Amino acid sequence: MMDRRTFIGVSAAAAGGALLSLHFGVPVRAQQTAAAARPPDAFVHLRPDGTIVIQINRLEFGQGVHTSLAMILADELDADWSQVRAELTPAAAVYVDPVYQIMVTGASCTTAHEFQPYRELGAKTRAMLIAAAAARWKVAGSACRTSKSVVYGPNNRSARYAELAGDVTRQPVPQTVRLKAPSELTLIGKSTRRLDSRSKCNGSQAFGLDFAVPGLRVAVVARPPVFGGRVKAFDDTIARADAEHLDIFEIPLIKGSGVAVVADRFWTAKQALDRLRVDWDLSAVERADTVDLRRMYRDLAGAPGLVALVRGDATTMDRIGAADRLVAEYDFPYLAHAAMEPLNATIRFDGDGAEAWVPSQSQTLHQAAIAEVLGLKPEQVVFHTLFAGGGFGRRATMDAHLVREAAAIAKRVRGTPIKLVWTREDDIRGGYYRPMCAHRVEIGVGPDGLPRAWRHVVVAQSLYEGTFVAAFEIKNGVDLSVVDGVADTGYNVPNLHVSAHQPKINVPVNDWRSIGNSHGAFVMETLVDELATRAHVDPIVFRRSLLAPDAKKRRRVLDLMDDKSAGWRHALPKGHAAGVAVHECYGTAVACAVDVSLENGRPRIHRATAAIDVGLAVNPLTIESQVQGGFAFGLLQLMPKGAITLKDGEVEQRNFHDYTPAYMRDAPVTVDVHIVPSTEAPTGCGEPPVPVIAPAFTNALFRLTGKRYRSLPLVSL
Amino acid sequence: MSLATYALTVNGKAHSIKVDSGTPLLWVLREELGLTGTKYGCGVAACGACTVDLGGVPTRSCVVPMSLVGDREVTTIEAMANDAVGRIVQDAWVATDVVQCGYCQSGQIMTAVALLKRLPHPDDRAIEQGMGANLCRCGTYVRIRLAVKAAAQQLQRGRTP
Repeated sequence: MMDRRTFIGVSAAAAGGALLSLHFGVPVRAQQTAAAARPPDAFVHLRPDGTIVIQINRLEFGQGVHTSLAMILADELDADWSQVRAELTPAAAVYVDPVYQIMVTGASCTTAHEFQPYRELGAKTRAMLIAAAAARWKVAGSACRTSKSVVYGPNNRSARYAELAGDVTRQPVPQTVRLKAPSELTLIGKSTRRLDSRSKCNGSQAFGLDFAVPGLRVAVVARPPVFGGRVKAFDDTIARADAEHLDIFEIPLIKGSGVAVVADRFWTAKQALDRLRVDWDLSAVERADTVDLRRMYRDLAGAPGLVALVRGDATTMDRIGAADRLVAEYDFPYLAHAAMEPLNATIRFDGDGAEAWVPSQSQTLHQAAIAEVLGLKPEQVVFHTLFAGGGFGRRATMDAHLVREAAAIAKRVRGTPIKLVWTREDDIRGGYYRPMCAHRVEIGVGPDGLPRAWRHVVVAQSLYEGTFVAAFEIKNGVDLSVVDGVADTGYNVPNLHVSAHQPKINVPVNDWRSIGNSHGAFVMETLVDELATRAHVDPIVFRRSLLAPDAKKRRRVLDLMDDKSAGWRHALPKGHAAGVAVHECYGTAVACAVDVSLENGRPRIHRATAAIDVGLAVNPLTIESQVQGGFAFGLLQLMPKGAITLKDGEVEQRNFHDYTPAYMRDAPVTVDVHIVPSTEAPTGCGEPPVPVIAPAFTNALFRLTGKRYRSLPLVSL
Repeated sequence: MSLATYALTVNGKAHSIKVDSGTPLLWVLREELGLTGTKYGCGVAACGACTVDLGGVPTRSCVVPMSLVGDREVTTIEAMANDAVGRIVQDAWVATDVVQCGYCQSGQIMTAVALLKRLPHPDDRAIEQGMGANLCRCGTYVRIRLAVKAAAQQLQRGRTP
């Protein structure tokens, strides 16, 4: 079949176009249109040795789509799974997301958007294989069937898919194709181990940082101590004294500038960087300071902001007495993603073209950004997607700062491939954080203990203002990411007023796994828990009575979690307490119950029971892993050193010793995951587990200490 | 910078390497020998992604300068398939579907192999002590525990005739 390189020259779609909401709903019609335009041979390669290579139009960075998209296609193809491999596609128009119309890995959308198209690609390829065999045997296609990469025809005839590969190219692509009935599925819905497991266990899996080509040089960058600072002058005498073959020059950053050091080896570049003396011009940059920001955010939260949602009568609150009001102020810090693999991008600029190798969550945008820096058209940049060691949103920055830096360096050393490496310190200090935020909530409690009125103010930087998704992500001035989990709450609060302040702060912010839900759900789930305690009602029972009737997924996961955790929750050892939380985002609901105790003055989480509703579960094993991993990821929010802070404009943290995510001892020993049986359209599971774990944890902690925790991280109990 | 030539044995193979004496073993493995299975995660011995076996001891290669390696042999993830315990641990990792992004897993496996060689039947607390300093941002800890236990059982079966 056609080599995928044929498609590399195809122009990448310009950003924008038919981009729809990143947050809500999956317009099925958009999927179907795009699916029809996709040539199957761009997605399925039948190799002579029987191997079937399925092209994955995403980044694989742990979430498992490399395996699950392959399963979806292979199932309809009736491929022999033991012969199936998967590859990440380069940037090309044929590989764009059917809804967003650009290549992107985010918003937990892969399975939701690609389930139907990948099924159709598999089914079409199978139909073409049958047509090819039928033509060869001069029989009707209806007389043929397929199983495990073989077409069987009348009179005991059979042909392996690999044998038919040549003939297939002469078959027309069917316009419509019958998809399997649920009972015919052989892979979808079956727990299937990852295709990339062995290579990641024996050291052979190449990540972006491992990429090498002949003549490759390595670049590191001296960055201003305050965001947006500019190089006034630099002295590289000492840096150059010891090393040969160094290139040292100033490059523009998104804001301000830095000094790039290019050497043959990382360590040589890093040594020179450490010996470089840079005089920074910080005169024109605002110096953010966490202490000041916290005060400012708290003040802002004291008054309503831009209105995000008004439900019912906003004046109801005024008629509720002080004794029946609950006022809560929350604050959350900036959070770095701190993916295990530091950021990197490799680019070679040849004058009239360029080639890039990047572990990117946003290939189309990054390809276009490289082209812009190099004065090329996007299709002149061959953009390869490399495996990434995590990402969590960090590899999807809208401003494409990483590849712009790499392109600026490549431009200076034309003809030489350069790999830009961010050190861990660059990563921790480099911005693009989950925004710092504050919430102020005033709740008027009714005589039944349920909230009658709810006024909610959120303060956080806008993620999407000024970006190409603003038209879809900003409504009436309110960035939907700021009010994630609050304005779209599933709780049936009759008189709800949600507003937002979006201060502009000189700290770059970015999507961070689950985006605003990481704080929105924390506030909602701890407050609902508090209301339950106040009403002397079991927290699960209370949630059930407060959830809107149409919050079906949330109800299902709450019930399933209740059922699966009741045994241990009601038989906890002395000194242990249970806490629960439920939340829905990206169309997927997750509920969890956790068992927490205090050990030497620190909270310890022993176990978690989770229930998740992702619609049809494509690969239950991946879903289980994503829930388990999402919980450990979400616990960062509570870690004593789980915060990025700034003092006089400078980030105070440097590395994992002072920005410390959850290690094994901080995570539950066991997490049992229960999937709601469903035949509804599948939704994603990368982000939805993240928001529930921290509120469930602090809800349990309350039962041990009697305290509510509204300022994260948990520095002291 | 002081360039020096070092004799270095990695995975049973002898090499002669000319680098600055301060170059961490990690970067020698990755950039001089092309053994990229050993990962750079933090550079300050805080995450464990760069763990290798150095003379029988699990070691953070990102903070060991070449000048201090001496005559100790280095064993990396690339040689684990040929190590009796290493192969069992890798198989357990695959069977348990531990990995997500996989970036930290070379270090996790090197650490687990060292743990099981020292302590063939670790309980949860011992696993936590042995594996507790290796960071995984995907949060595969639950499955790492399971895989270590599965490997321990497999080792036990291997010993029983």
